[in-house]
Amino acid sequence: MSASAPPVDAGSQDRARRLSETVFRVRELGIVLALLLLIGVTAAIEPRFIHLGSLQDLARNASIYAVMAAGQTLVLVTRNVDLSVGSVLGLSAYISADLLSHGSPMIVAFVLGILVGGACGLLNGFLVTYGRVPALVVTLGTLYAFRGLAFLLTGGAQINAESLPDSFLKIGTGTVLDVPTIAIIALVVVIAVGLALRNFRSGRELYAIGSNEEAARLAGIRTSRRVVAAFVTSGALAGVAGVLFASRFGTVDATAGNGYELTVISAAVVGGVAINGGVGSVYGAALGALLLGCITSALIVLKIDSFWQQAAVGALLLIAIAFDRFIGLRLDAALRQRSAARAA
Amino acid sequence: MSVTTTEIPVLALAGASKSFGAVHALREATLELRAGEVHALMGENGAGKSTLVKMLAGVYRPDEGTVKVDGAAVAFHGPLDARDAGVAIIYQEPTLFPDLSVAENVFMGRQPLASGRRIDRKAMHDQVNELFARLGVELDAERPVRGLSIADQQIVEIAKALSFEARVLIMDEPTAALSGAEVDRLFGVVRTLRERGAALMFISHRLEEVFAICDTVTVMRDGAVTFDGPLAGLTSDDLVRQMVGRDLDALFPKETASVGSQVLKVERLTREGVFTDISFEVRAGEIVALAGLVGAGRSEVARAIFGIDRWDGGSVELLGRPIHNGRPNAAMRAGIGFVPEDRRQQGLVMDLSIARNATMTRTRALAHLGIIRAASERALATEWGTRLQLKYHRLDDPVGRLSGGNQQKVVLAKWLATQPRLLIVDEPTRGIDVGTKAEVHRLISQLAGEGLAVLMISSELPEVLGMADRVLVMHEGRLTGHFTRAEADEERIVRAMSGQTQEVAT
Ligand SMILES: Nc1ncnc2c1ncn2[C@@H]1O[C@H](COP(=O)(O)OP(=O)(O)OP(=O)(O)O)[C@@H](O)[C@H]1O
Ligand SMILES: [Mg+2]
Repeated sequence: MSASAPPVDAGSQDRARRLSETVFRVRELGIVLALLLLIGVTAAIEPRFIHLGSLQDLARNASIYAVMAAGQTLVLVTRNVDLSVGSVLGLSAYISADLLSHGSPMIVAFVLGILVGGACGLLNGFLVTYGRVPALVVTLGTLYAFRGLAFLLTGGAQINAESLPDSFLKIGTGTVLDVPTIAIIALVVVIAVGLALRNFRSGRELYAIGSNEEAARLAGIRTSRRVVAAFVTSGALAGVAGVLFASRFGTVDATAGNGYELTVISAAVVGGVAINGGVGSVYGAALGALLLGCITSALIVLKIDSFWQQAAVGALLLIAIAFDRFIGLRLDAALRQRSAARAA
Repeated sequence: MSVTTTEIPVLALAGASKSFGAVHALREATLELRAGEVHALMGENGAGKSTLVKMLAGVYRPDEGTVKVDGAAVAFHGPLDARDAGVAIIYQEPTLFPDLSVAENVFMGRQPLASGRRIDRKAMHDQVNELFARLGVELDAERPVRGLSIADQQIVEIAKALSFEARVLIMDEPTAALSGAEVDRLFGVVRTLRERGAALMFISHRLEEVFAICDTVTVMRDGAVTFDGPLAGLTSDDLVRQMVGRDLDALFPKETASVGSQVLKVERLTREGVFTDISFEVRAGEIVALAGLVGAGRSEVARAIFGIDRWDGGSVELLGRPIHNGRPNAAMRAGIGFVPEDRRQQGLVMDLSIARNATMTRTRALAHLGIIRAASERALATEWGTRLQLKYHRLDDPVGRLSGGNQQKVVLAKWLATQPRLLIVDEPTRGIDVGTKAEVHRLISQLAGEGLAVLMISSELPEVLGMADRVLVMHEGRLTGHFTRAEADEERIVRAMSGQTQEVAT
């Protein structure tokens, strides 16, 4: 039929959309600003902070977190959580380093690290979807289980840099045109995951699941399969992070990556990924990882007690959550007013 | 009537039964949808209509009986199978993703693709805009669904169902939240689809809508089909008798109450861009109706009075005492009860029991030394359940298991049980069947008789005319009419609703 559209203030429509778009930009911009501020202030106090070497170090530290945060974002967006990533990192780091120290080629170490991580993710995903156990419980359990497995494998042993091939260690310490190799890898991973999440059906379906799982099922989305895929990806990326960890630090024992999960989840939340699912981007999470890494480095450079680092991360989290809450309420109200204005 | 009537039904249910534990939601129901026909499905709240729909949608599988497509028995293993068979569904409860854009909601899982299987956002937005143009609505395809009014959410649902060339379109109460103009547009689309040879099914509690658009009708009672046949030649009374199993009493049994002292006084209330300069009063024993088109700002005024939204100017007084701006708790304590429009989202906790939901507003009164006694909770819930003819299995079941209309009743019970001084009800009978409608009206009128002041928002003119002592009319955020019961008639109210200011009665 061809009913003529009622005369409507199209401007308010545009404004509503632009408003919500701006908010998300603001979120990521806010982190960039905080980053610049932090670097600026620290550099003012301690100029060595912006020397090439320390900036490179900063990027290297953040890279491992950023790769894991990208995977974590996939899981968080579906309204689940993966607490086991730190342990997965440890497992993958040890297994790949062990292989390399026995003379395996690098590609095998990488692939195996990823496979180990993926398998861990698969287990998580199955327990969550088909076992119907909340992700918090499942991954808390596997956090300990995978760590235990790592201890079992290592038997208390440690792999040192001397036993690893130089070409492998180069990935973690080398640079390409002054940019750390490891940061380039992280960037590629983040962009790839970001594109998948934004431009492909499977990615959008993760948001749908996190936003309203029942509706997703009614829309014909195979929710269990998608959630399992998110966990597998998160595990595989933690596996990648494990290999990167081995090449960056050279020394690997069963405690590698201990406690990383909290940093990674914090990074995602600081970066605007909603713990309630449905909202957030990989880029935000990666920026969050960069900001957290930056805080750590800054406090070290400024010779401030590491206790303060934890306090700073905590404060940052609270600020981010308060900001999201505040903006969310404002946005809700604004959107409602716009629709009301439109309907009137 | 229908243009083409083929012999083999496009989609059919043959002798289908479905039980949830001890509840027989559907008993050997048979129903046939034919191409070029609009088929009405009617029945009281909890009769099993939505259950039947979900069976045709592949959400539930029949315990017994079969689903047939083009005469051949099929097994739908999920919503995807039904969709592949060309069945589009508009569910009773909105099934939207609040965080995603309108366009993504319409096309989730079926987004148009560009090269490399990437989502073609532009094509997606264009197609959605085309759909909205067909529906005659202005909605931004790129804005998030969060914050849309229920009517707009319903439009998105309709667009979703129309977004693929469906052979069968099933609509479970699609008009419950729509205004008259939007219903007309939907019916225009429905007629076009019928002419193109689609089979359609339409569920509504509004008889006039059924007579306006449908060709055939199936009536259900307690999960079983009680009537099936062409609509022509039937009267409303026939249908009601089939649904309820008896003749109905007067639909609007208004009791005359003596009007007492002033309870609510609203003065020059304004919320920027939403409503302006609203002044009125409600007295004890009085039912004041707030009429107007959907989106005129009626619900927003109610929300502001109750403190959910803040107002920017003006004042509200209850029993001579000022009500604070933006404080629902204070409003509640002062004696205001509020039955919101969007009951599922704003009125219920889906996972909690029926009893707990129905008595949630009364926890303090029910508590003994801070502990809620289950027995008194149940007693209160049972009382209101009976008064509202609530159809439930056990009071301990989660409220989400009730049928759509019965969930509405729980919200009503929850607020009626608070014994407020002022009751604000937004669309009291939306989604409620004809039998219980009269019951709700009787209840409200009885409460007013006991001295309660009632502010009732309603889009149904018969309800407004039948119930109200005074009628206020809003248009685009302003009061455009004010009539006493004697002055109020359909023509005057409709004129005020469209913005032609009437003389204000004193
Ligand atoms: N998932 C479920 N678990 C248990 N009982 C259910 C479930 N779904 C529906 N029921 C019950 O089945 C019966 C039929 O419900 P249904 O939703 O089909 O009613 P309806 O005809 O659509 O009513 P309304 O007009 O209120 O929407 C009701 O008694 C309801 O409580
Ligand atoms: Mg229903």
